[in-house]
Amino acid sequence: MNGDRSDRTLALDLEPERYELREPGREPWLVDRRRFLKTLGGGLLILVCGRASDAAPTPSATQRRRGDGRTEPRALSAWLHIDQDGQITAYTGKVEVGQNVRTSLAQAVADELRVPLASIRMVMGDTDRVPFDMGTFGSLSTPRMAPLLRRAAAAARELLADLAATRLGVLRDQVVISNGTATARGQSIPFGELTRGQELDALIDEDQPTTPPERWTVAGRSEPKVDGVAFVTGRHRFTSDLKRPGMLYARVLRPPAYGATLKDLDDRAARDVPGAFVVRDGDLAAVAAPDPATAARALRALRAEWSSPATPPVADSELFEHLIRTAEPPREPLNPIPASDSDSIRLEARYTIAPIAHAPLEPRAAVAEWNGDQLTVWAGTQRPFGHRQELARTFNLPESQIHVLVPDTGSGYGGKHTAECAIEAARIARALRRPVQLVWTREEEFAWAYSRPSGVIDITARASRDGTLLDWQMTNINSGAAGLDTPYLVRGIKQIAFRPAQSPLRQGSYRALASTANHFARESMIDELARCLELDPLAVRLHNLSDERLRGVLTALRDHFPWDPDRPPSPGRGRGLACGHDKGSCVATAVEIEVNSDQAEDPIRILRVVTAFECGAIVNPDHLKSQVEGCLIQGLGGALFESLRFHDGMIRNGRFSRYRVPRFSDVPAIEVVLIDRKDLPSAGAGEIPIVAIAPAIANALHDATGQRRHDLPLFQPRT
Amino acid sequence: MRLVINGQPQDLDVDPDRTVLDVLRHTLDQTGTKYGCGEGQCGACTVLIDNQPVRSCLVRVGAVAGAAITTIEGLTPADGSLHPLQQAFLDHQALQCGYCTPGMIVAAAGLLAAQPNPTDAQIIAALDRNLCRCGTYPRILAAVRQAAAALAHPGGTP
Repeated sequence: MNGDRSDRTLALDLEPERYELREPGREPWLVDRRRFLKTLGGGLLILVCGRASDAAPTPSATQRRRGDGRTEPRALSAWLHIDQDGQITAYTGKVEVGQNVRTSLAQAVADELRVPLASIRMVMGDTDRVPFDMGTFGSLSTPRMAPLLRRAAAAARELLADLAATRLGVLRDQVVISNGTATARGQSIPFGELTRGQELDALIDEDQPTTPPERWTVAGRSEPKVDGVAFVTGRHRFTSDLKRPGMLYARVLRPPAYGATLKDLDDRAARDVPGAFVVRDGDLAAVAAPDPATAARALRALRAEWSSPATPPVADSELFEHLIRTAEPPREPLNPIPASDSDSIRLEARYTIAPIAHAPLEPRAAVAEWNGDQLTVWAGTQRPFGHRQELARTFNLPESQIHVLVPDTGSGYGGKHTAECAIEAARIARALRRPVQLVWTREEEFAWAYSRPSGVIDITARASRDGTLLDWQMTNINSGAAGLDTPYLVRGIKQIAFRPAQSPLRQGSYRALASTANHFARESMIDELARCLELDPLAVRLHNLSDERLRGVLTALRDHFPWDPDRPPSPGRGRGLACGHDKGSCVATAVEIEVNSDQAEDPIRILRVVTAFECGAIVNPDHLKSQVEGCLIQGLGGALFESLRFHDGMIRNGRFSRYRVPRFSDVPAIEVVLIDRKDLPSAGAGEIPIVAIAPAIANALHDATGQRRHDLPLFQPRT
Repeated sequence: MRLVINGQPQDLDVDPDRTVLDVLRHTLDQTGTKYGCGEGQCGACTVLIDNQPVRSCLVRVGAVAGAAITTIEGLTPADGSLHPLQQAFLDHQALQCGYCTPGMIVAAAGLLAAQPNPTDAQIIAALDRNLCRCGTYPRILAAVRQAAAALAHPGGTP
């Protein structure tokens, strides 16, 4: 355990959420809450204080050193209102992007207030009506926001009990709150009657007790998506479905290559298109029209001359050499690790990770509307307050003059943090003095959004003949530090490092961040060690793991997947598994595959996937299962065939006909095993189930063929 | 030009070169049908034309004058109830973000119109070009199965 202390220091220096921007909170409502309550029409208003960190991820070590992780002790993080008719509304800056957080947060509130789920209305992601929130990312809504809303609801319940006790002339502990009423001595008063004529507000602290998971009644159940009918009927209005009076549809002129700048624009033909407008605003050239087809025609009519990018663009064929060449130097030299001998083996491997696209089915979309110096923007985003800040900066306006609203959005997967589309829409709207909708085309979404970072990962590992892990060195260049630290016990040298590099592509957050890349490399290497030692890969993992939760998912997996290390080999078939933990949850995945002939369109077929997942106390079992299934299926793409191709400064496969994503026929039989730990706090679950599928497939491929593949995707797409 | 949308004849003065998707969404404000790719690859824009699922982003509105166009809005019963496919999607929670859902349901309705009792392989083949980035495919498969059974045995369990 020699290296442990220094390693821990090193780990602290890593920035696990490097790509997830930060911003300190502010509390405009705190002083205004009486006024706020009046605008809500009286009733009962609960404001919840939390630690400042409740609204933001823990500041990284780097940030703390810089001193910009504000140490405000308390942040106003959520609130809850019960109006004079008993209508219950919870306000949160989190947004719904398909993870069903609108449902799970409403479950938490309903649970504490002892009311049916249908009684709760959630106001989400509306910057004028909800407290500041960093954004919906990092699997933080369940572990951070749900407890805050629980505190608010629990405090409201206590206040209602007080009111009822006074009204009924009983002691407070004689009042029972259930099903939207307060009852004592055979008399029941509905919440609405208790709040009528009241203007009560309360500021709640961190110590407000809440209901433990074993006593949950509404949470812990498989409640359906709260507004599912609006989606299956097509009635839900996504941002791209919104219409404002006089609204124009915009298109933006894009350069032919990243870094190219507009030298000259001939817009005469575009201006001649009936109904079309042309906007020039600094570096932005755009068109707008009363319908998108006319806007598209005007866009095609623009004649632009572009300057070449200042530096020659890097092509995908040079990507990994480029990352290695531009990587920041290591903070410390790698110690020499003894070569293989009669007692131990040493393996070294380099793994590469291709950049991939989120490809949310609803592309970036925004509607912008100016009223004098007041700007209202509807946007499909994971960061409404981040949008407000970016817009304020762009237009040099105070944030109080900008209102951002987020309709439930057509998914994000980490890809919808930044405000470029909203800024473009607002610039065009300002120039034309008309409301403007901008929906990025699929090609724009592929080319101008950000991608999951590519990476080069080097591992040197040594294990004794009995499978005991001795030394472990792992360096990730560019893709990120999430999930980089190893859960396995390392007895000797342990060095892990993240080295940022210069990416030729714009890059950012993606579901589970770099955890997928790092798990792919680590779990491939562990498997390779086991196979070289002719040991059972599952036994080697258990032998080197002390974390009880991680061991728990592995043993659960063994109970549901026929993992017989002594089974006779079956020609053309292979089995593999992988495991890991991150963001408070644990996952283990096993797959069985069949290897097809080289001629087949798909080189392998995945016959079966079993995943065991544990994220503490389960809030909504069916929606959790759906998240796990979705992670596994989305993860198939990055594992098997997704890869952004680029040369001459532009993405070359940026459309669905050239960029394959998982389809119906790609989906194997999937079994999800959920472990409900009511003794543990609930962790977020929308990301981590994705991290083990790629290495499990790589390990199964090795099992089937004897060949090891070190690159994601495992199969280069045919061009 | 006369279009018959969800059983309602509508006389529209629109450029016949515009796509059905564009006219539905931006002239008629029927926004249940979604844009996803503009090249017929994702299925978010699926509508039925004379009961056949088609990619409305690829079809010129001039080419379907007089044909019966059915959208997700048209599949939804006027009485506030749900189509068996819509109910099945809810029963199986066969959606996460819900953006692909209208196109999936309409494509499945097209399948069930042609093949009331499809095998799993037929369902997968019919929906294989409808993308769900959230990965709810196994749930959608189960939902279409349930809806097929419900349509075959209306009002009762099979």
